[in-house]
Amino acid sequence: MSQSKFDLVVIGAGPGGYVAAIRAAQLGMKTAIVEREHLGGICLNWGCIPTKALLRSAEIYRNMQHAAQYGLSAGKIDFDLEAIVKRSRAVSKQLTGGVGFLMKKNKITVIEGTAKLAGGGAIEVVEKKDGKTSTISSTHIIIATGARARSFPGLEPDGKHIWTYREALVPDTMPKSLLVVGSGAIGIEFASFFNALGAKVTVVEMMDRVMPVEDEEISALARRSFEKQGMTIHTGAKVADLKSDASGVSANITLADGKSSTEKFDRAILAVGIVANTENLGLEKAGVKVEGGNVVIDEFCRTTAKGVYAIGDVAGPPALAHKASHEAIICVEKIAGLEGVHPLDRRNIPGCTYCSPQVASVGLTEAAAKEAGHELKIGKFPYQANGKAIALGETEGMIKTVFDAKTGELLGAHMIGAEVTELIQGYVIGKTLETTEAELMHTIFPHPTLSEMMHESVLAAFDRALHI
Amino acid sequence: MPIPILMPALSPTMETGKLAKWHVSEGDEIAPGDVIAEIETDKATMEVEAIEEGRIGKLLIDEGAEGVPVNTTIAEVLTDEDEEGASAAPAEPITPVAKEEPKPVPESESAASATPATPVSTPEALPAQTSQSPGEGGKRLPASPLARRMAKANGIPLAGLKGSGPRGRIVKRDIEAALQSGGRTVSDGTKAVGTAAAVGAGLATANKAVGAAKQPAGLDDREIFSLYEEGSYELVPHDNMRRIIADRLTLAKSTIPHFYLSIDCELDELLQARKRMNEAVAADGVRLSVNDFIIKALALALQKVPEANATWSDQGLLKHQRSDVAVAVAVEGGLFTPVVRHADLKTLSEISNEMKDLAHRARSKKLAPHEYQGGTTSISNLGMFDIKQFDAVINPPHASILAVGRGEQRPVVRDGELSVANVMSCTLSCDHRVIDGALGAQLLKAFKTYIEEPVTMLV
Repeated sequence: MSQSKFDLVVIGAGPGGYVAAIRAAQLGMKTAIVEREHLGGICLNWGCIPTKALLRSAEIYRNMQHAAQYGLSAGKIDFDLEAIVKRSRAVSKQLTGGVGFLMKKNKITVIEGTAKLAGGGAIEVVEKKDGKTSTISSTHIIIATGARARSFPGLEPDGKHIWTYREALVPDTMPKSLLVVGSGAIGIEFASFFNALGAKVTVVEMMDRVMPVEDEEISALARRSFEKQGMTIHTGAKVADLKSDASGVSANITLADGKSSTEKFDRAILAVGIVANTENLGLEKAGVKVEGGNVVIDEFCRTTAKGVYAIGDVAGPPALAHKASHEAIICVEKIAGLEGVHPLDRRNIPGCTYCSPQVASVGLTEAAAKEAGHELKIGKFPYQANGKAIALGETEGMIKTVFDAKTGELLGAHMIGAEVTELIQGYVIGKTLETTEAELMHTIFPHPTLSEMMHESVLAAFDRALHI
Repeated sequence: MPIPILMPALSPTMETGKLAKWHVSEGDEIAPGDVIAEIETDKATMEVEAIEEGRIGKLLIDEGAEGVPVNTTIAEVLTDEDEEGASAAPAEPITPVAKEEPKPVPESESAASATPATPVSTPEALPAQTSQSPGEGGKRLPASPLARRMAKANGIPLAGLKGSGPRGRIVKRDIEAALQSGGRTVSDGTKAVGTAAAVGAGLATANKAVGAAKQPAGLDDREIFSLYEEGSYELVPHDNMRRIIADRLTLAKSTIPHFYLSIDCELDELLQARKRMNEAVAADGVRLSVNDFIIKALALALQKVPEANATWSDQGLLKHQRSDVAVAVAVEGGLFTPVVRHADLKTLSEISNEMKDLAHRARSKKLAPHEYQGGTTSISNLGMFDIKQFDAVINPPHASILAVGRGEQRPVVRDGELSVANVMSCTLSCDHRVIDGALGAQLLKAFKTYIEEPVTMLV
């Protein structure tokens, strides 16, 4: 290694790590990033981006099936799974290359290898190309090693019939029947994709509703929609004894009412959460405390070891790329001693799920807001009453806003329907700027857009909705 | 109901003050005219007298408390009718908020200068303002809408808070912190604005946002301290005067678009005239200084070019009729700018006597606020320090200031011939919002003419 002493070394080049490296380089730090697999991490290679590419294919396919509804005819409508997957991989590749370019542009040293803390600012790197170990040192070290799919005894992927997100992203065949275990963002997006392409999908969720982190009302609407699209959904249910055999998978499913039965599927996808990648990093030796599977950090991402920081999934939930990137900025700017660095405000982290219909939210759910002792004003506006939604032929969904009745603070926003993942940022900006209902009401929303529903929802919370 | 005694505004521009000394204790009987407290303002120490008769119920501000915002309730007077209920509800600070205040006076620099010597007593003259945060007056502090609303609901004056958001924006967490700290000055300040009758009947309700002038933040303390080795300096806390100078000149330099015009004035005729005049009035104990001539000349020049005798305000230009010339007087730890009013109408000896008295009392910090407030322009003369030429910072709400250098013998060329003359360089700083280049030049030219032909000052 030509340069072995750095101001900052980042371990892991996902959306947390590479953003940290860029920001550090911008601030004049001599920066290196160590990546064991590929730049961009799970997000770009095996997560956010390739799934969006798959889901886009599914969306267009679904629209084509409804062509007649728009006065169009499309002849024989079919898909080529291999081509869909190929496109998804190409999208990933393009973006991964983009990260490489960004590293070069910012003069960040990229080290392909596996890093381990050796204490006192030293890092041992086993290089990918030749397996040789070298040691670099750095004043500051950021751990951004991310997370991987969780598995349980009896629920273990075999990579053949029992998939994790990784195999599910590159299916060699279109399963006729598919079991999805877990209805969080990952599970439900795959369920949505395979369902759209004709698989008979069964979703099993342990909690009493699908997408359990979302507002209850949104969960209920989502479930109704999924079922209408042909999915079978079991909530409050459990899967045990997931077994792979020659023809597929057999699973013992215990339903909410206690009845259990063994069912056969072509494939199963395990989406029962994630585990932080804390192993083999020399954390213990370096004095970095790990608790509940995650690296323990303070509000500025500092671990218990001086000069060692952790960001993103490895430092705890929510496991979201944009949360990791934001922590990266906070962490690096704090290291650089910049002014006005504030801890992450968890209530302002939006969450998006790209199933059909899409789901997006920020802040407190109605139940959580109530529990926190707020007196509430709730606004709701349905897609059915929005001109643009009707013109688009997307009349399913609604936008719900939760306000503190006393201060007018926007506590939360919960959306389900077409394009809500692109709309949510309006509320996120509002929350970040600490608007009250008054500024949202004074805002002019363009007509005709789906965003008008965001306005109407706010008006509705104060009994002033116009178009309903 | 107990009558609140409010932190008085001893001058139209006073924002905060130090409660230097209590002359009464809780339970003391007071009668109108009794001295209750001493307030140290930006420029002077003043006594606060009781207006009502009664008994001091509660002293709400500690002696020595600094930065007490104007109109904060500092104490309460119990009247006879309070006495019975007093023990049941001991001195609960009354909570009339600004809304109930009969006539909120929108404070602005221009308003202050419009009636420099007289307290603001005719609020009707100014349009009522329905500001969201009454305590702020004309300047809007950066604050999030949520913070604004929470502050209002909890009666926390935004002016007293330090914003932790981008560019000093006051955000929710700052309000929460203020609520949590529950600092007395904070919470008391909130319930402050009571009836104008208590103390402030004759006092302007000037409470402009303190923080506003500090908006363009420089290095923060942590950064500054990190640059110097500990023990290599002595830390001298700011007094009110230093803070006011810092705030107002920062405000001036960051909000007034300055430009500068320089001119040379020949002084030979003036020096001769002065010599003869001084000989003539020597018996009366008068001794005219060159500065007295400068005051008179600038006052007359403003009358000759009245467009330049103005003040910027958002509502419009205040075109002044009087030439009230403020003169910077250096004092220990800062400076005062006592004002020579109607300087155009006064004789040189009147100006001379008045200036001597003002300067003397300025140095002993005995000026009354009305003697250094207002004015329509200023003069800063550093000639006695051998300064040849400099640019002065405009003293708001003025639109100009004349920086006067030393009068000295210099070579001058007249009709192609080199000769020697006494020459003084002057630089006029102009507020470009009020005075354009040509107008400033006209003013300076008129000034030069009076200086170079002093006889014209006498007609």
